[in-house]
Amino acid sequence: MIRLEKRPQASQAFSWAAPLLAVIATMFFGGLLFAVLGKDPITSIMTIFWEPLFGDFAFYYRPQLLIKGAPLVLIAIGLSLGFKAGIWNIGAEGQYIMGAIFGAATGLAFYPTESFLIFPLMVLSGALGGLLWAMIPAILKVKFGTNEILVSLMLVYVAEQFLASMALGLLKNPEGFGFPGSRNLQQYASAHNAELIAGSGMHWGVVAALIAVIFAYVLLARHQLGFAIRVTGEAPRAAKFSGVNPTRLVLFCMGMSGLLAGLAGMFEVAGPAGQITIDFNVGYGFTAIIVAFLGRLHPIGILLAGCLMALTYIGGDIAQSQLGLPAAAIQVFQGMLLFYLLAFDLFTNYRLRVGRTEVA
Amino acid sequence: MDLSAINPLLFVAGFLVAATPLIFAALGELVVEKSGVLNLGVEGMMIIGAICGFATAVETGSPLLGFAAAAVGGAALSLLFAFLTQITLANQVASGLALTLFGLGFSALLGQSYVGVKPPRLAEVNFGPLHDIPVLGPILFSHDIILYLGFAMVVAVWAMLKFTRAGLILRAVGESHDAAHALGYKVVRIRTLAIMFGGACAGLGGAYISLIRVPQWTEGMTAGVGWIALALVVFASWKPWRLLLGAYLFGGITQLQLNLQGAGVAIPVEYLAMSPYIITILVLVVLSADKSAAPASLGRNFHASS
Repeated sequence: MIRLEKRPQASQAFSWAAPLLAVIATMFFGGLLFAVLGKDPITSIMTIFWEPLFGDFAFYYRPQLLIKGAPLVLIAIGLSLGFKAGIWNIGAEGQYIMGAIFGAATGLAFYPTESFLIFPLMVLSGALGGLLWAMIPAILKVKFGTNEILVSLMLVYVAEQFLASMALGLLKNPEGFGFPGSRNLQQYASAHNAELIAGSGMHWGVVAALIAVIFAYVLLARHQLGFAIRVTGEAPRAAKFSGVNPTRLVLFCMGMSGLLAGLAGMFEVAGPAGQITIDFNVGYGFTAIIVAFLGRLHPIGILLAGCLMALTYIGGDIAQSQLGLPAAAIQVFQGMLLFYLLAFDLFTNYRLRVGRTEVA
Repeated sequence: MDLSAINPLLFVAGFLVAATPLIFAALGELVVEKSGVLNLGVEGMMIIGAICGFATAVETGSPLLGFAAAAVGGAALSLLFAFLTQITLANQVASGLALTLFGLGFSALLGQSYVGVKPPRLAEVNFGPLHDIPVLGPILFSHDIILYLGFAMVVAVWAMLKFTRAGLILRAVGESHDAAHALGYKVVRIRTLAIMFGGACAGLGGAYISLIRVPQWTEGMTAGVGWIALALVVFASWKPWRLLLGAYLFGGITQLQLNLQGAGVAIPVEYLAMSPYIITILVLVVLSADKSAAPASLGRNFHASS
């Protein structure tokens, strides 16, 4: 007879082993999935995980790792603060879009003036865009007790429609021959989020992501607000007694995650993407949820998980072009990762006991 | 702008069709939540149902077999959620999100070769002379069997929850799983069954979108209907009749917004397309004050040791 027994204390070791096990299980079952699709599983997995880092064209793919990883880490860090406290902002995709629109609109408003002030201004308005969008579910939650999960998610669809209307209307490139989409910010020096070191993939978004990791680490480990976040998540009643103000906490966590998602969107639109288009958003806001969990809601873990997830994006692209692996297969692969993580997490709080149940 | 282009009869008949996916998905989720489980994976199960139903209907030529496959597909995906939350005791919010993310990807993978294919049509139920009644005929008696099934299921779930022993047990598990466990009810088993019912319903709702409402397959075609269904359960304060009312309200808004787009109203299409989501938020705000109707154990995991 095998049964589950609750551990007196959550296992630290297993808490860190679970993501690794999840990655291994995903590689195995992902390989099976690829085999079912008629691709050689070993080659596919190698293409996804090895090729971008050490393959023949790694010099091209490695910078991509930073470009794809930065928005994921930036968004996931913000989400993790809320998730830790049981505040579920799952509308990061919408906040990312709004950040991009606000940032790009600010930059385009100054076109064609050149000034070193424009880019910082765009950063500020990008952050503001995300922040404002996240404040809608936050304020509704604290004022009316509205479920923040549903509201933040509904706002993703609203933001997507808003993006479409901007790309076709207000922000459309007047010299774009009627094609939808804004001017390309890459061709506007003051607004371009260029690589800091040419060919490295390092742009301001990467810097911001690293700062966010450090900021979150210090906040959680050293600051009273970080304590409030952790204690609210682990023991809400104890949090009440220790004088945590839940309203402030909701506003802070939602606001912070919106702000960071907005920044991610702004850096993306001013750099790698270049312009506001109808399909500008590619789901970073949702993948970041997986990143946050895979990183155990811990800043360093999120940094690693973000790199890994960026790797699956790039490797997925390579596998798509070289092996003809469908794009959706990578999405499934990423989804699987979260499944296995959640399943293996059981052993963080419980252990298996083999043998007969004793009568207490 | 030409509002007279909107035919009121077609409009009403159309919003009954628009409401049906919501009725299925929300009704399934209502039963799941009554058992004390919060499954945020409705969107994922719907889209899996949409493609399973679509693919089966195209391959076999039978829309009804398609709907059956959709129910099976939705229930199969929900088993993953049941495994995560009932066996491995994972966080329900995270597991539900995982289900949605996985479902969206997996459906896109399954549906690759079905883009642009036309599914077989499900015939209208033949009501004979009833169909020819002016006004009522085209509105009420010119639909497919699944639409009526949706209505019948609302009645069945209402009766089940209110009058039967099974309904009482389900509610007991949702209100206090510890008490239900102490009385000897198998909490995990009952919840797993409820989750599977929810999955099957969501699958049916998804297939209704891909086979009848649209009818074609595109990636991510459920476009948030699953999430609106979740909001609808809150809106209905976990009561089947209010759920029906809510679904018609949302179906009406969706249909009106589409009709207004067609009629060429001065409001840009994008802003009209936002309206169902914004109205969902507004409704949630108005109704959030009263949480007393929510099952007391909603979202809490159960393990016999605790």
